[in-house]
Amino acid sequence: MINNLLWLIPALPLMGFLVLSLAGKSLSKSAIAFIGAGSICLSAIITILIGINFLNHPPAEGFISQTLWTWIEVGNFKPEITFLIDPLSLVFVFVITFIGALIHIYSAGFMAGDKDYSRFFACMNLFVFSMLVLVLANNLLLLYLGWEGVGLCSYLLIGFWYENPQNGYAARKAFIMTRIGDTAMAIGLFMIFSQFGSLLIPEILAKAPQLFQQGDSIITIIALLLLAGGLGKSAQLPLQNWLPDAMAGPSPVSALIHAATMVTAGVYLIARMHVIFELSPIAQMIVAIIGAATLLIAGFSAITQYDIKRVLAYSTISQIGYMFLALGLGAWTSAIFHFMIHAFFKALLFLAAGAIIESLHHEHNMFKMGGLKNKMPLIFWTFLIGSASLAALPLVSAGFYSKDAILWYAWSSEKGNVFLWTIALLGAFITAAYTCRMMIVTFWGSSKTEISHLPGKLMTIPLLVLAFFSVLAGFIELPHNFGHLTLFSDFLNPVLPETRMGNESQPEWIFQLLAAAATFGGIYISYLFYFKKPALIANLKQSSWAIGLYQFLFSGWGFDLLYNALFVIPITYISNINKNDVVDQLYKGISFISFKLNKSLSYTQSGSLRWYAMGLLLGAIIILTIQILL
Amino acid sequence: MNATISTEMVMLLAALLFVLGITGVIIRKNIIFMLLSVEIMLNASGLAFIVAGAKWAQPDGQIMFIFILAMAAAEVSIGLALILQIYHQHKSMDIDKLKEMNG
Repeated sequence: MINNLLWLIPALPLMGFLVLSLAGKSLSKSAIAFIGAGSICLSAIITILIGINFLNHPPAEGFISQTLWTWIEVGNFKPEITFLIDPLSLVFVFVITFIGALIHIYSAGFMAGDKDYSRFFACMNLFVFSMLVLVLANNLLLLYLGWEGVGLCSYLLIGFWYENPQNGYAARKAFIMTRIGDTAMAIGLFMIFSQFGSLLIPEILAKAPQLFQQGDSIITIIALLLLAGGLGKSAQLPLQNWLPDAMAGPSPVSALIHAATMVTAGVYLIARMHVIFELSPIAQMIVAIIGAATLLIAGFSAITQYDIKRVLAYSTISQIGYMFLALGLGAWTSAIFHFMIHAFFKALLFLAAGAIIESLHHEHNMFKMGGLKNKMPLIFWTFLIGSASLAALPLVSAGFYSKDAILWYAWSSEKGNVFLWTIALLGAFITAAYTCRMMIVTFWGSSKTEISHLPGKLMTIPLLVLAFFSVLAGFIELPHNFGHLTLFSDFLNPVLPETRMGNESQPEWIFQLLAAAATFGGIYISYLFYFKKPALIANLKQSSWAIGLYQFLFSGWGFDLLYNALFVIPITYISNINKNDVVDQLYKGISFISFKLNKSLSYTQSGSLRWYAMGLLLGAIIILTIQILL
Repeated sequence: MNATISTEMVMLLAALLFVLGITGVIIRKNIIFMLLSVEIMLNASGLAFIVAGAKWAQPDGQIMFIFILAMAAAEVSIGLALILQIYHQHKSMDIDKLKEMNG
């Protein structure tokens, strides 16, 4: 049975990691690439086989699970190493292994000149392994293992070029900021265990509605703690500002970890624990509001960036904001659909951007690129397809179908309202604007930097495959009013409930027209400012408020400054005061006393035999005296 | 053999010899004399054992004395060898000049 091969999906990347980390130094580059990319490709093939089998013969109980061994056994706490495939985790595993395999193939070309070739592939394989453990886990402890594993790999890969201290700083920032969320999540897991007596996900989901009423305070606290974990990992407000700095890593890392997979771990967690969030309307409302706020904040920041990767980073934060919004609205399947589409086009955009940066002597500044349309036609077309999906170009792009669904639910679902819908629409407008700006600045205009070489086949083929999916993957789920194809949501509905509708008074096509208008409006604004009348920008630069606003948005709404003032500076100040650790004083005292005692006692070591004999005698006399007297 | 000497007197003699020996060890500077003083101490303790054995009419005391004698012989041979070496190295018998092992 093909299903018994389930354990191989995470095991192959793990083996790849072990081989590369232990023997990587003695392997040739082609062998490293073969092992590193091959392990993920095999995983992807097994995933696709299992997925086909899952679709053809849906298991009676709705999932496939495979228990490998019992991890720990303490009383009734008995987490097992059990992998579970249900529709939700199948979508994630498919995206992780399939896009992961493409990115590994791309990396084989992209990193060819790097001296730490084996370290790169070892970390990437470990990342894929951890991510697979995260989504395949059937209990929250195993999920947490994967959760921490991806955090570690993210840290290792952001700081991959560690010679530059700036990269190390970015890596630490990402690690510490996600750690804040992870701590909250760990507390959430403790609370779940104390309430449910188990960390098994199916058991928790089944028990929760029986144990708790709608809106119980305990379930709300649990939901909020889990949400905090998701916020850290998925770079949502208020823990979002590590992601733009995470772009210090190599481009394939940004594509795989900081766009396609790891940053959506929060989306996965909330979707996985949807029962808990449904029991707590407040927590779910907070999810929606955070998503909406994040998508707007990150969108505005993206408009002002000049580093092409930072534009993409902010757009990632913004798109994950859409996913959180959808989760908060109870549009579970739409969130997962947008996750999948986003993974395709954002991986594509990052890889294409990486190819551009590589060809332009590591130039990150878009304004120094320009005129690449004719020089790199293949990159141009694939980037255009990715951008179209990001901007949600109506009808032709996959992004339209996934984002339109979220916009529609923001209005029409039970939890939707005008406020959230307006923000989402405004977000769509901004997304189109910054995407178009990025396209125009990068590919049109005059050429400012000469390209050194065109990317090789290893790098272009993954781009073509991703571009193919960025267009076609959208057609498996069409809106209700035309096509009404629901393959994707039908597939997920056994796990995730359908969206409860509330406000369907207006016909859906009005909203689709408005969304399309927002996209075209955004594109037109960028076209106007950056292509037709560049003088408008020069005019804006004259006014001080525009400069101030630009600075404010450019710095990511000043969150870095705020956190610096609130946390970093006080903590460094306190640690400065406490340089001679207070607790250390006790131990220093002990060592000081022993040292003094040693000094004074060492005088008795005079070397004079007669004094020693005297000492013996005195000792004997004292002992005898004591014996006689007592 | 009727003229018996009281045990206390002999014990007192042993104690006196022991104190003499120990005083010698402490106040003498010459290593050979210190070794001699140690011998006196050993013999004092041997005497005490003999007397005690006679007092309780048991052979243990004499056996112990044999042991002490054997030990004293070994000790003297090693001690004299060491003293010879010390003299070869330092050309001196003065214990106070050999304070090399001070802390």
